[in-house]
Amino acid sequence: MTKLTTLIFMFSMGLIFTGAEAFAGEEEPKIVAADTAWMLISCALVMLMVPGLALFYGGMDRSKNILSTLLLSFVCLGVITVQWTLFGYSLAFGGDVGKVIGDFSFVALNGVGLEPNGTIPHQLFMVFQMMFAILTPALISGALVGRMKFKTFVVFIILWSTLVYDPLCHWVWGGGWISDLGALDFAGGLVVHISSGVSALAACILLGKRKGFPAEPMPPHNLTLTLLGAGLLWFGWFGFNAGSELAADAVAASAFVVTQIAAGAGLLGWMFTEWYHRGKPTLLGAASGGVAGLVAITPAAGFVGPISAIMIGVIAGAVCYMAVVAKHRFGYDDSLDVFAVHGIGGTIGAILTGLFATAAIGGTDGLFFGNPGQLVIQLVSVAAAWVYSFGVTFAILKVLDATMGLRVSEQDEVQGLDLSLHGERGYTL
Amino acid sequence: MKKLEIVIKPFKLEQVKEALTNLGIQGITVTEVKGFGRQKGHTELYRGAEYTVDFLPKVKIEVVLKEDLVESAIEKTIKAASTGNIGDGKIFVTPVEEVVRIRTGERGEEAI
Repeated sequence: MTKLTTLIFMFSMGLIFTGAEAFAGEEEPKIVAADTAWMLISCALVMLMVPGLALFYGGMDRSKNILSTLLLSFVCLGVITVQWTLFGYSLAFGGDVGKVIGDFSFVALNGVGLEPNGTIPHQLFMVFQMMFAILTPALISGALVGRMKFKTFVVFIILWSTLVYDPLCHWVWGGGWISDLGALDFAGGLVVHISSGVSALAACILLGKRKGFPAEPMPPHNLTLTLLGAGLLWFGWFGFNAGSELAADAVAASAFVVTQIAAGAGLLGWMFTEWYHRGKPTLLGAASGGVAGLVAITPAAGFVGPISAIMIGVIAGAVCYMAVVAKHRFGYDDSLDVFAVHGIGGTIGAILTGLFATAAIGGTDGLFFGNPGQLVIQLVSVAAAWVYSFGVTFAILKVLDATMGLRVSEQDEVQGLDLSLHGERGYTL
Repeated sequence: MKKLEIVIKPFKLEQVKEALTNLGIQGITVTEVKGFGRQKGHTELYRGAEYTVDFLPKVKIEVVLKEDLVESAIEKTIKAASTGNIGDGKIFVTPVEEVVRIRTGERGEEAI
């Protein structure tokens, strides 16, 4: 009797539930309070990554350039905020034009109001994406420290964001051709990390080496700052990855969990590889490995499970370390290893997503779960992001080199950019 | 009057200061310095790249003494600063011509 009652109860609940779902489907999209709350927090978390990145980089540079290095990241909070508001958001997320770019429908945030976009206000979606657009050019700055003209850098990030980031963002997230292809990029392996890392490589090749590199030693001047920065990056990355679900739901929780796991595994991957290679475990290695793991899980979060996250993190930590070491063979001066950590780390993440993705979490299987086609799609999208980022960055900097000049004078470089460009010093002891 | 310039390992500063003040010495001047002797430098490791650091951090103590305190000051300093390892430092002894206390204008041993 009791069993029967339970059955009937469950059945009727099931009917009500299905009915409710069908009804919701016909309704206008509605703002969900929980999702909105989580996304507001996520925005703030991602914003904190920018000063975090500034400190991460600042500690690794020499003391005479600490403020200029911090400013290269921090100024993006000003420049890209305005660029995104005026036209960047429209180019990335406006009405699709030929699957390559957005139109001008959202220029000056015209039509970007508080109406629902999914389950959150449209402006909230816009500002969340803005934080990504700010962080990405800031990542590039690590390759350019100690020798680039500040005003050229400001013009560069406006052009770069407009000509590289906004189109790429449209391709992957704004309804462009890469999203049609079915490429998986949960939180920006292609859009943020490959784009910034590969562009950093192009930029540091054109800009040339720091005076004295590599003969003169240029060790980090304050690794305590670097660890503080790495900690803030790690913290903010929860908003970056779990926030990319755009909702406070189970997938967001899964993305959060694998973010932590991959970061921890990346820390170990880099630290043990360096330990084996050089005989000592280092703090800078642990911090860099954590970041490498975070980079690699960025495209994969929301698509992979915990054990896959360990694999992704360990591989990223070890391979990014090797990429840093390889830099010295090739001789380019990617000063703070943006290419090795973000370019290579992002590439590893995007490819491994094609291996480890499982439909049980994100709705799409990768090679290891019986869908080899996904790996092909991932490889195509990676190649597209590499070629486009490298080519356009190269072209932008060629033009800037001919018009404004890229480098400060040798005298200014030797004195240090804090004093010569900004008239201030980080440390007055 | 003699001046001792004592270069020691930084962590030995406290013990050397104790030893000197126990002798009744009333003032010393301390500077953080860098240099190398037979110990040479060391290597540092950043992201897999090895850097050779030639100059090691040391502490230099300057103290001016009456002649009769010099030998015992040297003896106590050696006792306090020695670890028995290479890099323990050195003591340089030089004659001092004149000492002036700025506040009162006193000169010579009175002013030490």
